[in-house]
Amino acid sequence: MEKPELIKDGKRLDGRTPKDIRPLRIEAGVLNEAEGSALVEWGGNKVLAGVYGPRECIPRHLSDPYKARLKVRYTMAPFCSPGEHSRSGPNRRSIEISKVIREAFEPVVMTHLFPRSQIEVYIEVLQAEGGTRVASLTAAAVALADAGIPMKDMVSAIAVGKLDGQVVVDLGKDEDNYGESDVPMAITHRGKEIVLLQMDGLLSREELAQNLDDAIEGCEKVYEIQADALRKTYEKEERGKLKL
Amino acid sequence: MGEETKTKILREVRKDFLQELLKKGKRFDERNMNDWRPVEVQKGAIKSAEGSALAEIGGTKVVAAVKFGIMTPFPDRPNEGVFMTGAEFVPFASPGFETGPPGEDAIEFARVVDRGIRSAEVIDVSKFFIEEGKVLGLFLDLWVLDYCGNLMDTGSLAACAALLDAKVPKIEDGNIVRGEYVGGLDMKYKPLTTSFIKVGNHFLMDPSRDEEYAKDMTLTIGSVEGKVASIQKSGDAGLSKDNVLELVDVAFEKSDELRKYL
Repeated sequence: MEKPELIKDGKRLDGRTPKDIRPLRIEAGVLNEAEGSALVEWGGNKVLAGVYGPRECIPRHLSDPYKARLKVRYTMAPFCSPGEHSRSGPNRRSIEISKVIREAFEPVVMTHLFPRSQIEVYIEVLQAEGGTRVASLTAAAVALADAGIPMKDMVSAIAVGKLDGQVVVDLGKDEDNYGESDVPMAITHRGKEIVLLQMDGLLSREELAQNLDDAIEGCEKVYEIQADALRKTYEKEERGKLKL
Repeated sequence: MGEETKTKILREVRKDFLQELLKKGKRFDERNMNDWRPVEVQKGAIKSAEGSALAEIGGTKVVAAVKFGIMTPFPDRPNEGVFMTGAEFVPFASPGFETGPPGEDAIEFARVVDRGIRSAEVIDVSKFFIEEGKVLGLFLDLWVLDYCGNLMDTGSLAACAALLDAKVPKIEDGNIVRGEYVGGLDMKYKPLTTSFIKVGNHFLMDPSRDEEYAKDMTLTIGSVEGKVASIQKSGDAGLSKDNVLELVDVAFEKSDELRKYL
C-alpha cells in the first residue's frame, strides 16, 4: 500500500482534528475469576487485562524479601489483526512491551507492602488497530485498581507523534505505519511523572516539547475515563459481564 | 498456607458438601441435574477475524475466532484445504492457569472441540482448493477468558457460532483479497458438545467449577442433529454402557436447547 495523505484540510484519515482522540470505552470488573479486570475499547483496539495477587511468588527463589514481584505479560491474540493469522504466544516485540509496561507500574504500585509475594498482570490484545501498548497499559492500570492493589497514583497512557509535518495525538494504525514519528507515553495523574516513554522517527526539540505537552493533556482525558470506569464498578449489580 | 494446599483442602470440603446435597437430589446452585446455567452468545465480537463469537455459559467465557490463510496442502490430501484448531488458556481466566505453552488440558480442549466439527464433516474442505500446491487454511482459535467450569461446551458453542458467523474471503491470483468475501461457510450441521460429570452415582450436566472439583470423571458428547459426532471420556473413573446411552439421549435433547442461541 502506498502512503496515504494523512492530513487533509486539517483533518486526519478518520476525520479527527490533530488533538482528537479515538472513541475510548473502559469497563472494569468484566471477568469473574480474575481479582481485577478491565476491558479497553479504543478505536479499533480491544484489550482485556486481568490481575491476580498479591499471592505466593513462583518460583520461590525469585521472590524479593523486601517487596512484591510485579509480573506483566502482554500478548497479542493470533486473530487480532485484519491481515494474516499469526503465531500465538510471546515474541521479541511482546516481551519488550511487557517489560516497559511493568517498569511503568513499578514506581506507583506499593510493592513494599507485600514482601515475598507476586502481583500478576496479564494483558491480551483481542483486536488491534494501532496503539496497543498504550491501550494495554491503560487497561492494566484499571485492572490493578479494580483488584484493590494499593497504588500511589493512577497511570494513563497515550501515543502522540507527527504526521505530514504536524504534531498529533492518539495515532491510529495507518498513522503509526506511515507517520513520521510515534511517541507512546504513560504519565501518572497527580505526579505528572513520565513512567513510559518510547519514540521512533524524527522530531525537532520543539516538536518533542509539543508532543510531551499534548501527551500530558491527552492522558488527562484518558484518566477521566479510567476513573469513571472504576467509579461505575460500585454501581454494578453484577460483576463478570463482558460485552465485546 | 500454600496455594496448592489451600486448593486441595477446599476441593475436599466442596466434594463432601456436594455429595451430601446430591443425596437430596440438589446441586450447589439449586439446578436440576440436566439444566444449563445462563447462556449467552455474541456473534461478530472480533472485527479483525473473518468470523467470531464470544460464548458464555454460567460465567465461563470463550472467544472463538476464524481466520483464513493461504497454505500448502497436506501431501496425502493435495486437493483439500486445511482446518486447524488452537486454544489458549489466557492466564487471567483462572487463578490456576499458568503462562507457557499449552498444557495437556488446553490441547485436549482444542482437540475435542475440533473433533466434533471435523468428524461431522461440517466444513467442506474440498471447496478450499485454490490451485496445485495451494489451498485455503481455516484457523479456529479458542481463547478462554474466564473459567467457571464446563469449558468444553462453552468452547464448542463459541466455535460453532464463530463458524456460522464466518465469511470466506475472495481469492484473486492465488491470494486472499482481505475485506472481500464470496459467502458463508455453508455448514451442514451445527455441532455442539454436552458434558456431564460423574460424582459418586450421579451424573450432572454443565458442571460449575466447584462441582468439577468433586468429579470422578467427565463425559463429553459431541452431537449434530440426532447423531453422535464425537465422544471424550476424561478423568480417572469409569462408567457403564447404560450410562453412556442414557447420557447420549440427554445430550441430544439438551444440545438442541443450546442451538437456539446460535
